[in-house]
Amino acid sequence: MYATRYSKPKNIEEAISALQAAEDGKLLAGGMTLIPTLKQRLAAPDCLIDLCAVGLSGIAEEGDALVLGAMSCHAEVESSADVQKHLPALSLLAGGIGDRQVRNCGTIGGSIANNDPAACYPAAVLALAARITTSKRTLSADDYFTGMFETALEEEEIITKISFPKTHKASYAKFGNPASRYAMVGVFIAKTDVGGLRVAITGAGQDGVFRHSGLEAALADSFDVAAIDAVDIDDSELMSDIHASADYRAHLIKEMTKLALQAIG
Amino acid sequence: MAQLSISVNGQRHENDVADNMLLVDYIRETLALTGTHIGCDTSQCGACVVHVNGVSVKSCTMLAIQADGAEVTTIEGISDGENLHPMQEAFHEQHGLQCGYCTPGMVMSAIELVATNKDLSEQDIREGLEGNICRCTGYHNIVKAVQTAANKMQR
Ligand SMILES: Cc1cc2nc3c(=O)[nH]c(=O)nc-3n(C[C@H](O)[C@H](O)[C@H](O)COP(=O)(O)OP(=O)(O)OC[C@H]3O[C@@H](n4cnc5c(N)ncnc54)[C@H](O)[C@@H]3O)c2cc1C
Ligand code: FES
Ligand code: FES
Repeated sequence: MYATRYSKPKNIEEAISALQAAEDGKLLAGGMTLIPTLKQRLAAPDCLIDLCAVGLSGIAEEGDALVLGAMSCHAEVESSADVQKHLPALSLLAGGIGDRQVRNCGTIGGSIANNDPAACYPAAVLALAARITTSKRTLSADDYFTGMFETALEEEEIITKISFPKTHKASYAKFGNPASRYAMVGVFIAKTDVGGLRVAITGAGQDGVFRHSGLEAALADSFDVAAIDAVDIDDSELMSDIHASADYRAHLIKEMTKLALQAIG
Repeated sequence: MAQLSISVNGQRHENDVADNMLLVDYIRETLALTGTHIGCDTSQCGACVVHVNGVSVKSCTMLAIQADGAEVTTIEGISDGENLHPMQEAFHEQHGLQCGYCTPGMVMSAIELVATNKDLSEQDIREGLEGNICRCTGYHNIVKAVQTAANKMQR
């Protein structure tokens, strides 16, 4: 790892000042993506700004929404009684990320800031039409994800919380990579008042997470597993890599959609 | 340099550490506690698992300075003098190790798994140890050891 300077601001204003003062400052959340990147010398920030003391943790109910602080770690989301009660699919998704030690550190804010094309949370955020609040503004999920590892976040902008509508009509199924457990294909289906019916797919798209209009149309009237087979999944925009071909991923999208549907009931 | 104040296995330490020093390097090189291992550089193998404030973490994926003020427990800190921890005893009884490289991490992860879950099935144990890889592939006896220890610890 290249030399760097560590700082631990006590509030969001201090964190922003630290970012402004640094030449190439990086926010540090759970470190589960950032630290491996630093160890491999793929980044050389002059300053690491740890968000652990900034006060971005906590899960709370706010009317029809469930609000997760950006620093909520995956294990907290998995075991939160509020999440289990109002949005059980999100608890299951969090409990399926990586392994226990990754879940003890990795955070939802870090996951959606990074927007890895194989990460799980982006599918939930998009399918549930969640809202992302930052130090500057509130963004809809549709405006937030802009491509592989790309988001609408500007420099010196910090995610503070993510607000999800409560619903039991939601389900996530993933075919995890057997070594890393990242999604080779993950499908999140959700029906909410704000977003209607949505099918969001992660792990497969060349531009990161995306909604599948064909699957959404097939499921618009009823959650019928039989309707999935007739849907055409175009593999020309899907990833091909050492883990899976685009063709195989297209197949997995249908299978994961069926699994997710079965779990919705 | 950063000022680190940390408790490891019940003993307080004050050290100046480089800001980019990993917790695992601090444990192994500064404190010479070499029971905690490094098995990969991709945060996938779990050989480096220790407890930070009672929670299992990969010490290769945390900066030493992130653990400032914390209570850390390593494999060296779980026995009671000469008396092995029930998890260590169970690994011994059930032949839960071959070369032993993965064992410290396995034991640390397994202790948390048993402490936070009741009535663990074989499947629960296999899934609960997903973050720990055994290059000798001795998983059957590792699972048996954890089951044995769970029966003792939860009695
Ligand atoms: C072995 C392993 C297996 C994994 N398996 C999975 C999996 O199955 N599914 C999955 O989805 N993920 C998986 N992950 C990734 C994991 O979920 C990470 O925790 C997550 O991607 C990053 O979160 P973090 O809190 O660790 O962020 P960090 O690594 O600390 O930061 C990641 C990036 O986000 C930025 N950032 C962090 N917080 C904020 C914020 N509040 N505002 C703005 N920017 C911010 C940082 O500057 C950095 O660029 C795995 C990781 C490992 C090591
Ligand atoms: S050394 Fe492999 S996970 Fe830490
Ligand atoms: S006993 Fe050799 S790596 Fe597990």
